Amino acid sequence: MDKPHVIVIGAGFTGVAVAYDLAKRGMDVTVLERGPIANGTSGRTHGLLHSGARYAVDDQESAIECIDENTILRKIAAQVIEPNGGLFVGIDDSDMNYRDKFIEGCQECHIPLEEYKPEIALRLEPELTKKIRTAILVPDGTFDPLRLALAFAASAKFHGAKFRLFCEVTGFLFDGLGNVTGVKFSDRTKGKMEELSADIVVSATGSWCGEVAEMAGDPNIPIRPTPGVMVTYDQRLCQRVINRLNEPGDGDIIVPQRQMITVGTTSFEADNLDYIPVTEQQVNLMYHRGCELIPSIANTRERGAFMASRPLVDSGLKGRSLARTFKCFDHKVSQNIDGLVTITGGKATTLRLMAEKTVDLVCQKLSFPAACETIETPLISYRQYFSIPNEVN
Amino acid sequence: MVDLWHVTFEVFRQKDNQKSHFNFFELDINPDEYVLDGIERIWAFTDRTLVFSHACHHSTCGACGMLVNGVEKLTCITSIRDVTRDGGKIRIEPLRNFPIISDLSVDMSSLYSRMEAVGHQPILPIQEEDSKGKVKSEGDLLRLADCIECGLCISACPIALTTSNYIGPAVLAGAQQHGELTPCILELVNSENGAWRCHSAYECTEVCPSNVDPAWRIMELRRKIIANRFSSFFTRK
Repeated sequence: MDKPHVIVIGAGFTGVAVAYDLAKRGMDVTVLERGPIANGTSGRTHGLLHSGARYAVDDQESAIECIDENTILRKIAAQVIEPNGGLFVGIDDSDMNYRDKFIEGCQECHIPLEEYKPEIALRLEPELTKKIRTAILVPDGTFDPLRLALAFAASAKFHGAKFRLFCEVTGFLFDGLGNVTGVKFSDRTKGKMEELSADIVVSATGSWCGEVAEMAGDPNIPIRPTPGVMVTYDQRLCQRVINRLNEPGDGDIIVPQRQMITVGTTSFEADNLDYIPVTEQQVNLMYHRGCELIPSIANTRERGAFMASRPLVDSGLKGRSLARTFKCFDHKVSQNIDGLVTITGGKATTLRLMAEKTVDLVCQKLSFPAACETIETPLISYRQYFSIPNEVN
Repeated sequence: MVDLWHVTFEVFRQKDNQKSHFNFFELDINPDEYVLDGIERIWAFTDRTLVFSHACHHSTCGACGMLVNGVEKLTCITSIRDVTRDGGKIRIEPLRNFPIISDLSVDMSSLYSRMEAVGHQPILPIQEEDSKGKVKSEGDLLRLADCIECGLCISACPIALTTSNYIGPAVLAGAQQHGELTPCILELVNSENGAWRCHSAYECTEVCPSNVDPAWRIMELRRKIIANRFSSFFTRK
């Protein structure tokens, strides 16, 4: 049997991980990305490698996905991860009331934890507020967003995948029955339109997957883009991730990376996803919430403020209550459009698993028997993305 | 409400190796937004064909380096207020000393492969030294390296301007950060296109947005190469 050709739309975390899994299972892969690698939501994360603890009370399915994938990424993507753990810090009565639920939730989701008395926690993280009443250590971490995506993309290229950056999909090719047989796209570097056919197209377009599915004739993808703002400060004031021990909320996390820290996030809804401005009000909120955990943020220069749009799958709930799990849509099932699969939702931490489930579906649809092999093998160096030539399909 | 500034973005354009030119875009924009935000606004609302590189928007990825009014900047942390005034202009050009892919985006493959060749460690113990001394911290914690491979130092380097064979400040700093001078690394850095080519202009350190201080590291590397020569002279059989 000839190798099937699969087009992946999007080179964010999901797209590069899908490309890697497809190529490793032996398929011909072309990735079309409208900008450079990880220019949308994926690049603009604070870089938290979730232990799952944040979701252990309210969204245990996501929590278990996170801890399992966290463990795998520490092995396969160690080149881009600060593996130093995270503290959930309790300061007030409300935090302390959350403590029991939190510990119970982590235990149910097999997330390992260790509780520290304030004086020990302050020895580990001297910049923490002196008001601290307890601190619980979990296996959070920090990753470099672009380099995590590049490591997957490099490994995909190593297995023969081809990347076409700055190529924006503008429409689909169809057979006479409305099934997808390829895509039309514009190469922004040349200002030229091209067409490319495929056995299956995978849309890994995150927050934008509703717009892409609509071009194929399916207006019903339940995606709720939910942007959040983050603010970066110019000094590494903690060595581990610092979380507020409470229900998920605005400004409940401080993520260290390199010689900086990032305070995040807010949660709201937006219409135009291509540009969402950061407001001063949100920056101030991050500052005040950050100072509650690490007061010396007040003496630290603001380095930058930025925004990213989470692709949350709509389950009829609002904002923070939306589940963080991912969903893979076969448009044959929902709208009788064959040849198109959409993968969206999820977390950066679960990118590998999202790819595995998506490629399982692709293999099933193409009757291409190949098993996922991305759990064990470390990714190749992210820098090799630039040295491996694009295979000519 | 914030007072918006009226700013003209003069943007370098070039497609497919054709003749380059500048496009002018007038924006009413909050001066506390960053230069990269302005460029993204132009793409989102005015010109979908504009090509530029970016990813993290908070100075950890190194993708968005450009010339802003002739000076190398990481555009995601360069606020509009700092480079122009209300009614003023901002001239945006791609980095120097790299091939142009299109418009504002350059091909930094050479930098990445040279960083790989000299063994720059993307992740390292927290205590690792820099020009200001060791970073204080306990235990075996790791952190991402300071160098974000943004290419600003190579764009600003007067020697890199004269020849693309010069491996450049980021790469020499990467060799110094790696620590050990293996025979392969030594061959790269102890050569006419390596550490001795640097004329100590310190432009690299001037533009580095990420605490690397390449010029200091190049001087350190030279000391290390000389020490290595001495020791290999005395251990020669």
